[in-house]
Amino acid sequence: MTVVSNTGPLARYRMMRRIRSFEERVGELFLKGGSAGSMLHLSIGEEAVVGLTDAMRDGDSFTTHHRGHGVFLGRGADPNRMMAEIAGKQDGYCRGKGGSMHIADRALGHLGANAIVGGGISHVIGAGLTYRNRGTGQISVAFFGDGAMSQGILYESMNMAALWQLPVIFCCINNQYGMGTRVDRSAGSRDFPARAAAFGLNAARADGAEVETVHDTARAMVSAAREGRPGFLEIDAYRFFGHARMDKSPYRTPEEEAEGRQRDPLARARARLLAEGAAEAAELDRIDAAAGTEMDGALDHALAAPAPALSTMFQDVYAPGTPAPRPQADRLRAVLAEEARA
Amino acid sequence: MTETTYREAIRQALIDGMEADADVILMGEEVGLYGGAYGVTKGLIDMFGASRVIDTPISEPAIIGAAIGAAMTGLRPVAELMYVDFAGMAMDQIANQAAKSRYMFGGQIGVPMVLRTQGGTGRSAAAQHSQSLEAWMLHTPGLRLVMPGTVNDAYHLLRQALRQPDPVVVIEHKGLYTMKGQLDVATPDGAWGQPVTRRTGRDLVILTYSRMLHESLAAADRLAQAGVEAEVIDLRCLNPLDEAPLIEAVRRTGRAMVVTEAAVTGSVASDIAARLGESCFDWLEEPVLRLGGEDIPIPVSPALEKGSIPSADLVHDTALWLVTRKAPPWAA
Repeated sequence: MTVVSNTGPLARYRMMRRIRSFEERVGELFLKGGSAGSMLHLSIGEEAVVGLTDAMRDGDSFTTHHRGHGVFLGRGADPNRMMAEIAGKQDGYCRGKGGSMHIADRALGHLGANAIVGGGISHVIGAGLTYRNRGTGQISVAFFGDGAMSQGILYESMNMAALWQLPVIFCCINNQYGMGTRVDRSAGSRDFPARAAAFGLNAARADGAEVETVHDTARAMVSAAREGRPGFLEIDAYRFFGHARMDKSPYRTPEEEAEGRQRDPLARARARLLAEGAAEAAELDRIDAAAGTEMDGALDHALAAPAPALSTMFQDVYAPGTPAPRPQADRLRAVLAEEARA
Repeated sequence: MTETTYREAIRQALIDGMEADADVILMGEEVGLYGGAYGVTKGLIDMFGASRVIDTPISEPAIIGAAIGAAMTGLRPVAELMYVDFAGMAMDQIANQAAKSRYMFGGQIGVPMVLRTQGGTGRSAAAQHSQSLEAWMLHTPGLRLVMPGTVNDAYHLLRQALRQPDPVVVIEHKGLYTMKGQLDVATPDGAWGQPVTRRTGRDLVILTYSRMLHESLAAADRLAQAGVEAEVIDLRCLNPLDEAPLIEAVRRTGRAMVVTEAAVTGSVASDIAARLGESCFDWLEEPVLRLGGEDIPIPVSPALEKGSIPSADLVHDTALWLVTRKAPPWAA
């Protein structure tokens, strides 16, 4: 039996498969009524982001958009804790407070997924200032979608990164859609790297159907960023499914979807590994099966995990040991008990 | 104990805070070479260097956002929003990001930053440079909020803010920067979250903060000449705020007035009045009054601007009316 190395094309294939399987189980979680809400944004079709997450190293930090499950898995997330969070459970990454759109993990450098388009981009500027001032050699990467290309704060942040030569990368995962608006209906110019280059960033576009192409571009960009030359990477991909779970994509044609799904980074990686003799079909099948089993486990875990206790709602608004919000019942009790006294 | 200005007290707090903690950085528009729009950070770039006193582009959302990211990764940034009015540009970063990160992320990632800004009227700076927007901050769970009204508080509330684990918004008053007062760097006027009684009195309580503290104290002096003893409580910290001393004072006197410079509808004063109404209903001789700015944008004309916010005269007349039931001439 082959041991899959932690890096290299086969490891990236495995990670992409795990992401695909995870996202499929998120869909099942929703259908089983086990998810917290329906605001679940699947990254199926965008798995080639692994080309960048695999070029980062321990200690690097990142923020993501609302469609960030794949990025987080790529950086080492535990699928059990992720799925539990998506289900709003106590042992999720955020104790059931954040969910799919606000998942984070300090230990893995995940400074937070964000449900405001572009909301987390500027945070990597601050992380970059920390690393620059302390000379740590870390980098920070902002992952976002093509929708954020229309947000002003992206341009403010790119300007600051270039101005201060920060160790940061802006990664636009262009899946062609901001909710139901295709990018040609939201962008006057679709040359996104040109916009970044105009700010003085090291800018490139990579084919999101080919994870190894993404990885080659990303590796060079990460090295440059570590030396204080910030970058912008557009990963050109296709969103296979609707915006969120309730969206059946009536705004696009089946023909377009079929064509988009031809650009499947997972299928392409498999074909390439086989063509290059880097892996046997049976080996890839084992990887696929293992990913399926693993994510079935995550789904079962999330469904079985306990819900948070109601009293935890008042925790973590502020740091422990500082004044906490007063539950409304306490206030009403105080007022009405005084009334009873009168 | 030394006599200094509100501006110098803030500047001293920044210097002492930066010397005490190498992770403290300042960032904002014109905080470095220019020395701050109101001169608060003058000379700090020479003392601490450009990597700790960072002049930023005019990008309010990214200034706050960068401070958030720096705070998340171990620095203790003081981001300056030149005017609180510019919060409109940056409110996503303030309210959705800084305030909510700790909670959304299950307590894993705090945002120990200070947002220094200033507000208020008095310089004919008109509708977009004169507002009192503290209610926007108070209405956002996750933000701490302080508004110093004295020189000593200008120093100590900022020093205390720099030790807090959560984002603190410090709203200074542009009309107080040149005010002189006593600074005792060893002794704060009160603990974090505690209101401070600036004057005691038996007939009514005036609860206020920031520059209105001084209008209220001036009014209290005149009320004393008329035989009315007003207690004046400086709220200082709006979040956290220990309400117990307020409730005690209002129950003791049976009359209360909350004075703010902000447009009164939806204001901090409205909320404080509601809390006191709930907590002190059986002890009140009169409704808790709110005295605030008119519900209008701030006009530029000095006469209109001045007339749109409470004055010592208005506080005096209204307090007298509340206690004696004798209406002032303007109410007739």
